Amino acid sequence: MTDTILSAEPVLTGKPENRVWKKFRRHKSAMVGGVLVTFFLLIALAAPILPIPDPAATDWGAVRKAPSWAHWMGTDDIGRDVMSRMIWGAQASLLAGVVSVSIAVAIGVPLGVVAGFFGGWTDAAISRCTEALLAAPFLILAIALAAFLGPSLTNAMIAIGISATPIFIRLTRGQVISIKSEDYVDSARAIGLPTTRILSRYILPNVLPPILVQATLTIATAIIAEASLSFLGLGQQPPEPSWGSMLNTAKNFLNQAPWMAMWPGISIFLVVLGFNLLGDGLRDALDPREH
Amino acid sequence: MSESIQNTAQGQSQADTLLSLTDLVLRFRGQANDVLDGVDLTVKRGEVLCVVGESGCGKSVTAMALMGLLPSNSARVSSGILDVDGSRIDLSCNTLPAEMRGNHVAMIFQEPMTSLNPTFTIGSQIIEAVQRHSGGTKSQARDRALQMLQRVGIANPAQRLSEYPHQLSGGMRQRVMIAMALANDPQILIADEPTTALDVTIQAQILDLIRDLRDETGMGTIMITHDLGVVAEIADTVAVMYGGQVVEQGPVAEVFNNPQHPYTIGLMSAMPQLDDPGTRLVIVPGTVPTVANMPVGCRFRTRCAFATATCETRPPLRDIAQDHQTACHYAPLETNLSVSA
Repeated sequence: MTDTILSAEPVLTGKPENRVWKKFRRHKSAMVGGVLVTFFLLIALAAPILPIPDPAATDWGAVRKAPSWAHWMGTDDIGRDVMSRMIWGAQASLLAGVVSVSIAVAIGVPLGVVAGFFGGWTDAAISRCTEALLAAPFLILAIALAAFLGPSLTNAMIAIGISATPIFIRLTRGQVISIKSEDYVDSARAIGLPTTRILSRYILPNVLPPILVQATLTIATAIIAEASLSFLGLGQQPPEPSWGSMLNTAKNFLNQAPWMAMWPGISIFLVVLGFNLLGDGLRDALDPREH
Repeated sequence: MSESIQNTAQGQSQADTLLSLTDLVLRFRGQANDVLDGVDLTVKRGEVLCVVGESGCGKSVTAMALMGLLPSNSARVSSGILDVDGSRIDLSCNTLPAEMRGNHVAMIFQEPMTSLNPTFTIGSQIIEAVQRHSGGTKSQARDRALQMLQRVGIANPAQRLSEYPHQLSGGMRQRVMIAMALANDPQILIADEPTTALDVTIQAQILDLIRDLRDETGMGTIMITHDLGVVAEIADTVAVMYGGQVVEQGPVAEVFNNPQHPYTIGLMSAMPQLDDPGTRLVIVPGTVPTVANMPVGCRFRTRCAFATATCETRPPLRDIAQDHQTACHYAPLETNLSVSA
């Protein structure tokens, strides 16, 4: 008797991960974003094995040459191959994006979890510091920190990472506050699970989706920030290539060699677009309300 | 003679008492009045105690305070002794230790739809609960989980173990919650409106299940509900709460047939009678005062038809019959008031 009633109850199928992936695949712009990001990732990873000239090798016989069969994207003001520098520059940009966001997530998420879960003066202290950091505009803060730490790609990544941290603290804190009042957290406590276990198994997995989305979108912001810092000379140092520093040089030759500015500009645009589309798609796919 | 019988009965009942809560007083931060004002509850072996009352009377807060689930920064317990399984806990400075939660005292909640962690399978959640208290290997815990799912009447338990909460219906999730709560053989199960979110047929199945498990294990149950139908169906004893106080308690038949507190009388007459469908339901006039506006003395006096100046002092919960207590100065009403209908 009980069995017949139970087997008649509706049963949804599929793990949540599979449903998310299905929704994501149907999301056209997200797929475009995914393809763009994958393309740049592959290029950056393959840079050492691609048959391209040394990005630092100068050729005084080919200064500021327009795109040709010999140099597909042209050459720059001291005769370096722009395509080679673009590909190696992709490494710097993506690395800066991923590493700085990893720093921000690694610092921001634990602080946010602690602030949201424990509340009280811990929350007050963390939140006030967060607000103080948020009071300074993101890029200004990054520039100030990078200038303070000294110009190098590593320091630029640290500076961008720290500047992006408050966003993650705030987001995580808010999510944790809403998740910790869920019934399943009460029921975990009613089972007698210790706080650490509740945090790792009940709170963290349930606050991850929005953090994942925010991280993807922040990578785009971080890439622009890295390009801006490099443009200002605070990021990647010459002769190592970076899209931002390439733009910096290119601005002096906009009339004579527009390709020098075009390629890094287009690349920054595309990779940032890619991460934004990807982030939007992830957000929609992870949102349980949208179908 | 009758006194000696009563004494042995009391001695017997004390030995059988699984949980007793004495004089629980609790206040939320920023409020001028106590939300719970001297709540006493006792549960014996194999007994279902139903705590009834309307929304905001403190039933759920009592349960949460018992389990130590209230946030310590907003809820302050100023007195309260909890005796459970031989240990005495002073709730004003301690809460039920985590080692006892789920092991000695377990709890199930009102909303089965949201009471399971959506990111893990049913199996991993039950296994986690088992391993928390009973230890053992993962496969032992898995066997226990299977056994529990079978016991709460879930078909295909092996398959269900690897499913996620969203794949189960509300009734099945509540069964899983019960399986999880009882996996460590607790002596006390606290059920906070376990059937409110379920439809009536599933509700009856869940109540049957709780009753069967009670008969099998001899656990004591505290069932919190506002549904007098549920009380009539499952309760052995009932405690009626109003404004954070227990106003009447006793065996269910006694309280239903011979209610002595004016509030209980109001509750009973507000319940539709199948044998007398033509009559209008009597309602208790007014609404529950907010915590800040709780009257001094008897908290029901502002809505009570019999209230007098005497009611400005707090009536103690006193015996008016065997095991039947009422907190009203005038109980039993028949002898102390000349009620003209």
